[in-house]
Amino acid sequence: MFDKILIANRGEIACRVMETARAMGLRTVAVYSDADRDARHVALADEAVHIGGPAPADSYLRGDTIIRAALQTGAAAIHPGYGFLSENPDFVDAIDAAGLTFIGPSADAIRKMGLKDAAKALMDKAGVPVVPGYHGANQDPEHLSGAADAIGYPVLIKAVAGGGGKGMRLVERPADFADALTSAMGEARTAFGNPDVLIEKYIQQPRHIEVQVFGDGERAVHLFERDCSLQRRHQKVIEEAPAPGMTGEMRAAMGAAAVRAAEAIGYKGAGTVEFIVDGSDGLRADGFWFMEMNTRLQVEHPVTEAITGVDLVEWQIRVASGEPLPAAQRDLAITGHAFEARLYAEDVPAGFLPATGTLSHLAFPADARADSGVRTGDAISPFYDPMIAKLIVHGPTRAVALRKLARALRGTRVAGTVTNLAFLGALADHAGFATGEVDTGLIARDLDALTAQPALRPETVAQAALEAAGIGAGPLTGFTLWQPLNRALVLRQGEEDLPVTLRVQGPDRVEIVLSGATVLAERRGQAWVFDGKPAATAQVEPGRVTVFADYGRSFDIIDPLARAAAAGMGDAVTLAPMPGRVVSVHVAAGQTVAAGDRLAVLEAMKMEHTMLAARDGVIAEVLVGEGDQVEAGAPLIRLEDAMEETA
Amino acid sequence: MKLQSQALPSSAQFQQNRTGHLEALRIVQEAAEMAAAGGGQKSRDRHLSRGKMLPRERVANLLDPGAPFLEIGATAAHGLYDGAAPCAGVIAGIGRVSGHECMILCNDATVKGGTYYPMTVKKHLRAQEIAEANNLPCIYLVDSGGANLPQQDEVFPDRDHFGRIFFNQANMSAKGIPQIAVVMGSCTAGGAYVPAMSDVTIIVKEQGTIFLAGPPLVKAATGEVVSAEDLGGGDVHTRLSGVADYLAEDDAHALALARRAVSHLNRRKPETVDWASPEEPAYDPDEILGVVPADLRTPYDIREVIARVVDGSRFDEFKPRFGETLVTGFAHVRGCPVGIVANNGVLFSEAAVKGAHFVELCSQRRIPLVFLQNITGFMVGRKYENEGIARHGAKMVTAVATTSVPKITMLVGGSFGAGNYGMAGRAYSPRFLWTWPNSRISVMGGEQAAGVLATVKRDGIERAGGEWSAEDEAEFKRPTIEMFEEQSHPLYASARLWDDGIIDPRKTRDVLGLSLSAALNAPIPETRFGVFRM
Repeated sequence: MFDKILIANRGEIACRVMETARAMGLRTVAVYSDADRDARHVALADEAVHIGGPAPADSYLRGDTIIRAALQTGAAAIHPGYGFLSENPDFVDAIDAAGLTFIGPSADAIRKMGLKDAAKALMDKAGVPVVPGYHGANQDPEHLSGAADAIGYPVLIKAVAGGGGKGMRLVERPADFADALTSAMGEARTAFGNPDVLIEKYIQQPRHIEVQVFGDGERAVHLFERDCSLQRRHQKVIEEAPAPGMTGEMRAAMGAAAVRAAEAIGYKGAGTVEFIVDGSDGLRADGFWFMEMNTRLQVEHPVTEAITGVDLVEWQIRVASGEPLPAAQRDLAITGHAFEARLYAEDVPAGFLPATGTLSHLAFPADARADSGVRTGDAISPFYDPMIAKLIVHGPTRAVALRKLARALRGTRVAGTVTNLAFLGALADHAGFATGEVDTGLIARDLDALTAQPALRPETVAQAALEAAGIGAGPLTGFTLWQPLNRALVLRQGEEDLPVTLRVQGPDRVEIVLSGATVLAERRGQAWVFDGKPAATAQVEPGRVTVFADYGRSFDIIDPLARAAAAGMGDAVTLAPMPGRVVSVHVAAGQTVAAGDRLAVLEAMKMEHTMLAARDGVIAEVLVGEGDQVEAGAPLIRLEDAMEETA
Repeated sequence: MKLQSQALPSSAQFQQNRTGHLEALRIVQEAAEMAAAGGGQKSRDRHLSRGKMLPRERVANLLDPGAPFLEIGATAAHGLYDGAAPCAGVIAGIGRVSGHECMILCNDATVKGGTYYPMTVKKHLRAQEIAEANNLPCIYLVDSGGANLPQQDEVFPDRDHFGRIFFNQANMSAKGIPQIAVVMGSCTAGGAYVPAMSDVTIIVKEQGTIFLAGPPLVKAATGEVVSAEDLGGGDVHTRLSGVADYLAEDDAHALALARRAVSHLNRRKPETVDWASPEEPAYDPDEILGVVPADLRTPYDIREVIARVVDGSRFDEFKPRFGETLVTGFAHVRGCPVGIVANNGVLFSEAAVKGAHFVELCSQRRIPLVFLQNITGFMVGRKYENEGIARHGAKMVTAVATTSVPKITMLVGGSFGAGNYGMAGRAYSPRFLWTWPNSRISVMGGEQAAGVLATVKRDGIERAGGEWSAEDEAEFKRPTIEMFEEQSHPLYASARLWDDGIIDPRKTRDVLGLSLSAALNAPIPETRFGVFRM
């Protein structure tokens, strides 16, 4: 067994790996970028090594620096987590060359599964069913279009080197194929340096079911399936294990296929074989096809741990250190049901835009497993995935587990950034999801209902206003001779201004007038009640108040002093809608543009956002350059004033 | 020493007193609500439709959230000018802004465009007087058309008329008392000098205007046609003329700018008294309504009131066995040490001398004085005149008149004759003078005044050999009694600003606490008394 391991990652997965390593008595080494100097994973580790700047390319993707750190600190093995270098075979080679151990599969196995078309061919040969599609080298658009016609619409265009939804396009009609191909190839080139794509049949009611496998380099076992069908634009949102509606026959067929796949490439460590399953007519043993194999620990591995009682990271470390498979297939069984929900800092009403912020409050309910890389006071920076935590619950049945998930989500409190918590809560409450009718289209079909902001309760707004006003608690608070004074306050939620009037009648009594309702706040002992209902927990920070009711309602507190600064900018300045990196700038000062013209492209997290001209005009100034990292609200491009132009 | 109350809250008398006070309170409450409503619904709606905040809302948003507001002259001009000027068209009071106690003056444009009636001027000057005496920064929320033209003879020419406002601004500024103006509407003619004479001026964009003559007068005088905004709007004054310093987007922004201006004053309250930690009274202040007889003529022990006003109901009574009709002693109100001078009957020579002695003590020790005034006057008659009650009374008046410590007077009952002088009536410049709804103020009681007039008349009739029936005498006395009754009512008094306002007796302790806190913004200088006639 190793004495000390280095975790070449950050965030929740680095923390999670360290926790198991410590439980096994190992010492741990963290690596960190400038942005993560004070991060939780650094605090958890026994030692930490600084490896570079905040951009991943300057730190977490620098294999040489990380290997040097391992050598310097005397770490014998490197755990890659997921993402970053976890599926980079060159990194594995370098680790081997340095005489260290990579906690994961061989470089060869990674390479074999890395290119999707080659992987599918290999699987096909090994007797694993694959989806009809074109995986050839001929990337001529005409040829690809013909292949799509042969497969039959709708089809998916996917980047050969891709993952995570990048360079992926759904095409419903032949007429749209050419445009979709151009943009998919463009995105693939930017993201992976390889524009090549493959074409696949698009399955109508697809379910995403994956099988957890574990190998020792020769033999492999499977730890049953996970259902990851709840996806939004190919991003997993809620995962569960086992898959609803799964039959013993199909589980055996899928498990056997997955083990075949792993053994075909001599797989060592934890891996996941993803299948696409046709859910249109129930689950059938002949209705699943190999999609790809992820040669690493998955984000959603905890649901498997919850139903099998296996610590997958412990297994990874043990097998990497040379131990045989810790269990045989017959020793593995499913107990109960588990769910995982991914809590993200993202602006759901704005279209799930990634968000940043400092977490002024972060608390999880005690009866759920929360894997998190951040604590109260930590920042969600623009440089990395904006995940806040994974919430994992386990119950004897799917229904119980789902209720526990809903309860855990209601008990989770985040302030300081917007989150997808209410969206997750709506999913946990979704009637179709509760009956197990899951497919990857569920979220898209019900998106409006799932993202609809439930009506604000008057007590919530009233409490937010009272907290925001910050009235004193002295004995003379609210004193007047004859009638209380009306203090006005404006809260903002999204684009909506909520005017509130507070009539402070004394230190323990405030009448709060909202548009359409009046709420009486009274202090009983130390706690406030609103129309007789107890106050929720709340958090006030400069410019913002959060009331932890209905998954947390955050309000901006409008500071009248801020108004002057905002006024007068008008539509002349294009602002960054979110933090991100400027990919390209398409205009120059003095250039005439029309409303809707493309000005610049911003890449934030995994999406490219095109900034369009708000009106006709002349570019006065370009305020950013390509490659610049910008914060949300940063000015990007300024148009000349209408006045300047006519003058 | 903790006072022991003899009151029985369950007694019929207690309940009867309470009922009487509540009725008196109701009348004042109605008057105060009328005043706060300003110029009526139509006028308020028009004001709101222009995007302006109502004046009381402006005050509320200027104050620190939830901060107490001690309003001055809340029923000023009540019943005057046929009710045309509720609250005298201007709100005045002391409140905390960015942590500093300030005097706030806010024109009510819903009342005749915020124009100045005679009582408006008097109220404005009284507020400035309070600010100057207590070293309080002044914040003027201006929205006024200037002098009320039909009343110009009572508003413009005299010493204590409109011009005095700017005289006061200049002199307060000279003393280092900040003058801040927020122009939230018109500021025409003389009114233009309020912002112009201020240290810092904020103006609301496309809403505030400042000019010596408005567009109509300019057209009449020179034929020039110009819009109000181009003549003296916010843009003009912050960009071209320099009459104002900050341009605000709207009322809320302007008030926030004013709060920010106050936060940069770099002031702190002087070291004055030795504060103790505040403590609630042992007896509920609410019981004041029960322990004080509703009928002024019924005597009661003023210590019942003191027990419901001071911290812990503790009162170190000074000279309790001498001159017992005047109660004097030391206590704390919300942590502030005070010397209390309270009437417990008619003033005799001993009581007056004791009062003078006590005022000397407090002056020497720089302890603020609180007068609880319920006085029918000095004792009359041959014995008392011959022993020199006028001489002894003069000692007390001299002491009260010349002491440098802050005086705060509360009219809790009658205020008649020379007793008013010895107990720091308005003429003796207490920092604040508050009254209870049951109080009465006049040179003597109505009965007594009618009696004096009737005696003179009867002597005349009888000297001429005539006869005057009891019925005729009663008929003769009735109008005098009625006139005194009307004129001695606190609403009549407060309408004319003979005091700073009527208060709910249950809030006595709070009002005293806020008054003391405001007063202690000014240092307490050494006292130099006048000659005491020995």
